Amino acid sequence: MTPAPRTLIEKVWQRHVVQAEPGEPDLLYIDLHLIHEASSPQAFDGLRLAGRKVRRPDLTLALEDHNVPTNSLIIADPMGKAQVETLRRNCADSGIELFQFGDRRQGIVHVVGPELGYVQPGMSVICGDSHTATHGAFGALAFGVGTSDVEHVLATQTLALARPRTMAVEFTGELPADVGAKDLILALIARIGANGANGHIIEYRGPAIERISMEGRMTMCNMSIEAGARAGLIAPDATTYAYLEGRPAAPRGAEWDAAVTYWESLVSDEGAAFDRTVTIDVTTLSPFVTWGTNPGQAVPLREEVPELDSFTDPVARAAAERALDYMDLVPGTRMDSIEIDTVFIGSCTNGRIEDLRAAAAVLDGRTVADGVTMLIVPGSMEVRRQAEEEGLHEVFLASGAQWRLSGCSMCLGMNADRLVGVKRCASTSNRNYEGRQGAQARTHLVSPAVAAATAIAGRLTAPGSLS
Amino acid sequence: MEPLIQHTGRAIALRRGDVDTDQIIPAEFCKRLTKSGYEDTLFVTWREDPEFPLNDPRRAGASVLIGAHNFGTGSSREHAVWALRDWGFAVVVASSFGDIFRRNAFKNGLLAVELPEEVVAELADRADADPAFEITVDLDSRELRADGLRHGFEVDRRARRLLLEGLDDIAVTLGKDGLIADYERARHSWLPRLAPTDPIPSGNLRLAAN
Ligand code: SF4
Repeated sequence: MTPAPRTLIEKVWQRHVVQAEPGEPDLLYIDLHLIHEASSPQAFDGLRLAGRKVRRPDLTLALEDHNVPTNSLIIADPMGKAQVETLRRNCADSGIELFQFGDRRQGIVHVVGPELGYVQPGMSVICGDSHTATHGAFGALAFGVGTSDVEHVLATQTLALARPRTMAVEFTGELPADVGAKDLILALIARIGANGANGHIIEYRGPAIERISMEGRMTMCNMSIEAGARAGLIAPDATTYAYLEGRPAAPRGAEWDAAVTYWESLVSDEGAAFDRTVTIDVTTLSPFVTWGTNPGQAVPLREEVPELDSFTDPVARAAAERALDYMDLVPGTRMDSIEIDTVFIGSCTNGRIEDLRAAAAVLDGRTVADGVTMLIVPGSMEVRRQAEEEGLHEVFLASGAQWRLSGCSMCLGMNADRLVGVKRCASTSNRNYEGRQGAQARTHLVSPAVAAATAIAGRLTAPGSLS
Repeated sequence: MEPLIQHTGRAIALRRGDVDTDQIIPAEFCKRLTKSGYEDTLFVTWREDPEFPLNDPRRAGASVLIGAHNFGTGSSREHAVWALRDWGFAVVVASSFGDIFRRNAFKNGLLAVELPEEVVAELADRADADPAFEITVDLDSRELRADGLRHGFEVDRRARRLLLEGLDDIAVTLGKDGLIADYERARHSWLPRLAPTDPIPSGNLRLAAN
């Protein structure tokens, strides 16, 4: 009997099942546990209170990213500092590798893990952070969890998880030159809604995906959570192997060959059934931007803020009304006429070297508009080093942008990089919630290229329309 | 842990969809090192509006929050659950939840009850009409009861058992240590491992002067 065709998701899932009991969630083994200062202190406390130890410090990697400043090596905020110091103590006590603020390897947890080769195809990865889905770009199953689950994984290296439903998102057609990974994922979320993939794991597939770089794939998988999905992943291929080969933690020699042989089996079999399939033709897509306060409230940049009558669902209409009020926007306004005062390029969504190259290509020889503050925050110190080696920072500084150290920065309003007062920001991060970037901040999510063009024009702008 | 079988309390309606965890508690208030002390930061921005339901004195002491769809979407911060619990909520009823939020809720004994949209809307109407409107959520019979209404709901089997029996999640898993060790022996040899190393200074940093 030939085995039933399986999806990539099922293959990776089954490989990690420690115990399966009928009607119960599966107990899954976790290959890599990423931790950071903001969601872990209570987990270590819990272990101490119960007299428990970290089971596998050798499968745990810690980073300092959420609280750190990006314009100084001194953490001025006492509470942020206390979180960082607590992480240092916890890691020292448990023998966990920690890349501290100030270390050459420091950066945002979802940027550093892949960049050092710690994330590989077919692995299971968790982190006390919802954007853990990023690592799905390698064909890994990667879940964001809360602090209680962090404690559970520290103690047991496993997690009891109910098997989610599977969803295939097929990107078909020819990818236009000005459309990137960020536009694809924003277009998907606009189509299915901010909870459109609730309870599902997504596999992104199709010819358009095959042509997207690892950085772009990470951008897409990163925002799976913005579609409500538990995780999102992409089958490993030649692009994946080329990215991984030679990275510090990647296997070498005979082990590399054995790994690749295994990784090549990590594709959805012909005829494997998904619970749901969504198809998006990319041929007619153009750069996307959000107008509202959830990531599903997005339209092409060349279109207008939608009319309230275009929402047939009363709940969506009420949400749109509230969002427009918060965003201070009027239906019918052209998106590319909206003026902004702040531009943020960075975050685990778009803080990688490719993102900085895209921004530099637009900024080169141009100047940031008067009255616009632009922050460029590399996703890791390694990205920063690489950007400087390529001279990108010269372009940024010459254009009038600020070139910062690595951290979560203005993605979340937890550290010193926060919008104060009523501000409107074009941001390459992942969330445009009310108050996400500061109490009265209005956020428009965009790609790095659009963010750079916007900084120059002082209003939401596609790079193609710059003079 | 104390077993949790059911909860009865007065209800309060929050008629907003996609209530994200950044609204429930903004990131700047997630810097404490403890699991408690978050009551003052629950919906802190929305509470500035005197009309916000939680500011209604007639609703003081309500312990059942009625949301709408996609409640608790967004960040994985468990602080959102701690803040709701610290404020005094024991139950959140909604037509759908963010997956991570729901998981975090049950881990802390906050019951996240998913019911069809019409049912949630009716409960919200009843709560709005009568500040004394009470809801009972029975985890044992998986049923919500309120003034003649009765609705069954689904709940993760493991989460339910742990709460009903007052079991410690981690202790239960540690009971399977042998199975975990067996699994570990069969893992691929090439999978990455870490060991603590000394910090490597970033070197010459050119900090933004502007
Ligand atoms: S950059 Fe933003 S989304 Fe990513 S880990 Fe940091 S805070 Fe979370």
